[in-house]
Amino acid sequence: MASKAKKLLMDPFSDNNPITVQVLGICSALAVTVKVDTAIVMTLALTSVVSLSNVVISLLRNVIPNGIRMIVEMAVIASLVIIADQLLRAFLFDISKQLSVFVGLIITNCIVMGRAEAFALQNPPKDSFLDGLGNGLGYGIILIAVASIREFLGFGTWYGFKILPENYMGNGLALLAPGAFIILGLLIWLQRTISKYVEE
Amino acid sequence: MKALFDFMDKNIAPLFEKGGKFERLYPLWEAGDTFHRTPGDVTKSAPHVRDSIDQKRLMIFVIYALIPCILFGIWNAGNQFNLANGIEPTLSADFARGAIMVLPIIFVSYLVGGLWEVLFAIVRRHEINEGFLVTGMLFPLVLPPTLPLWQVAVGISFGIVIGKEIFGGVGYNILNPALTARAFLFFAYPAQISGDKVWVGALNDSPAFINNLLGVGDKVVDGVTQATPLAVAAAAETGKSAIEALNQAGFTLWNITAGTIPGCIGSTSAIAIVLGALFLIATGIASWRIMLSGILGCAAMGLLFNILPLDNSFAALPYYYHIVLGGFLFGIVFMATDPVSASATNTGKFIYGFLIGALTVLIRVVNPAYPEGAMLAILFMNVMAPLIDHFVVQAHIKKRTAYARALNNA
Repeated sequence: MASKAKKLLMDPFSDNNPITVQVLGICSALAVTVKVDTAIVMTLALTSVVSLSNVVISLLRNVIPNGIRMIVEMAVIASLVIIADQLLRAFLFDISKQLSVFVGLIITNCIVMGRAEAFALQNPPKDSFLDGLGNGLGYGIILIAVASIREFLGFGTWYGFKILPENYMGNGLALLAPGAFIILGLLIWLQRTISKYVEE
Repeated sequence: MKALFDFMDKNIAPLFEKGGKFERLYPLWEAGDTFHRTPGDVTKSAPHVRDSIDQKRLMIFVIYALIPCILFGIWNAGNQFNLANGIEPTLSADFARGAIMVLPIIFVSYLVGGLWEVLFAIVRRHEINEGFLVTGMLFPLVLPPTLPLWQVAVGISFGIVIGKEIFGGVGYNILNPALTARAFLFFAYPAQISGDKVWVGALNDSPAFINNLLGVGDKVVDGVTQATPLAVAAAAETGKSAIEALNQAGFTLWNITAGTIPGCIGSTSAIAIVLGALFLIATGIASWRIMLSGILGCAAMGLLFNILPLDNSFAALPYYYHIVLGGFLFGIVFMATDPVSASATNTGKFIYGFLIGALTVLIRVVNPAYPEGAMLAILFMNVMAPLIDHFVVQAHIKKRTAYARALNNA
C-alpha cells in the first residue's frame, strides 16, 4: 500500500507529469509564470482544488449517474474554485489581483477535470486525494520552474530577491508569452531526454 | 599536392573515421576536408549525372552575392557615424570607422554561432552544415551597427539552437535562423535594436584608443539620435504628407534607394541588394519567383492603402517607397528565399512571396509599434509555407485525378 501511495504521489512529478508529459494546463503555465510568487500561489490554489475535488467526487462516485457526471464534476470543481478565489481575495489581495482571471479559470483547467474523470471516479477517496495532491504539485513544480527562469532572465531576481547586479539588462522576451512557450518547450525537452519518454 | 593528400588520407583521416582515436570529432575533420577538397563520394545509384554545385558552393555563392551589401554596409556605417559626429567623411575614414563597428559583429556572430554548430554536430553526430556560413553573415547584416557584442552572441545562439538545431539541424528548421535570432533580440532587448538612438554610434561611446587611432580623439560628441526613414514616415502627422516628412528629415527617394541613410548594416542600399539579387538569380540559387511576387505583393498592398480612404499619412505613401524602405528588399532577396523555410512548390513560392510583401506593408502601416514589418512577415510566412505547399500539392492531385477520369471516360 505504501508503495502504491508513493507511486500515486510521485508519478506526476516525472514519468506522468501533467505539463511536460501530458501537456495539459499550458494556458495557466504561460499566464501566471512571470514571477515566482504568483506561480507559488497558483500552485497552492490548484493543488488544493484538484485534491479536494478528487476527494469529493470520489466520495460521490457511486451515486453520480453516469449521464450527468460531467456536470456534477463541474459543479464540485466550480464551488471549490470559488472558495479558493474568495480566500485569495481575502488574504492575498495583491497576488490575487495579479492572478486576475486565472484563478477562476482553474475550473477549465484540464488537469482538474482530467483527474476527476480518469481517477476519482474509479478510486477510493484516499487514493484520489493522493493522486490530486501529486498532480497538483507535479503541475506546480513545472510552474515554479518556468517562473524561476522567467523572473531570473526578465528581472534578474528570484521571488523578488535581487540575484544579478543592478545593471543587468532584463530580457524582455522572457516576460512575454512566447518566452514562456520556449522555456516550457526546453523543459519538456530536458525532461524527456532524462526520462527517455517518446511520444507515440 | 597529391603527396600531401595521400599523406592525409593515409595517416590523418583514419584517426577521425570509425574506430579512430578522434572518432567523435569526425564532423570537424569532415568539414575541414570537404571545405578544401571536393568530396570523394560518388553516387551509388542513378542518376549519376549531377551538377558540380554542391551545398558548399551553393552557400559560398550566397556569400558572394552578399559582398556588395557587406562592403556598402561597412562604408555606410562609418559614413553615417562620421557625418553625425562632425568628422570629415573621407572614403578611408568612413571605411576605417565602419570596419571597427561592423567587423566585430560579424566575427562574434561567426565565432559564437560556429561554436554551437560544432557542439551540436559532435553531440548529434551529424556533419557541420555549410548553411551556417550564410546564417552567420545574414544575421549581422540585419543588425544596427551599434548593437552590443554580447547581444550579438546571445542572438546568434538563440537563432542557431532554438531556430535550427532543436528541430534537427539544417533542412529541418521551420524558421529562418538568422531572422529568428533577430526577432529574439527585437523582443528581448528592444532598446538596442529599435528607436532613434541605435543606428548611428556616438563618438563618446566608442573606446578612446580607437578614436585616437583614427585621429579623432580630441573630439567630444555624445548622444547622437538619427531616425530611420521608416520611423520618420511612420511618425508623420495625420494630414501631412509622409513624403514631405521624409524630405524634411533629409531623406529622398534617391538616398533611400542608394542607401546612404541610417539603418541596419547590410540592408540600407537597394542598389547593393539588387546587385546581389541579380547574381543569385543568374546562378539559379535563389528563387526569382519569391523575389518577384514579393515585390508585387508589397506594391499591391501599398497601392491598396493609397486607394483606401484612411486617416493615416503613412498609408498614403506611394507604393514604390515601401519597396526600398527598411529591410524589405534585403529580406525578400536573402531571407525569404532560404530554400529550407520557404515554400517548395513553384506555385507555392508565388503565393508565399506575395503574402510576405503584402504582410510587410500591412504591418508597417497598421501597427505603429513595428515599423519594420518585413522580419515579422517573413517569419510568419515561414510558418505558413508547409501549409501553402500542402494545398498546392492537393490542388495538383485533384487536377490530375480529374484529368485521368476524363481520359478513362472518353
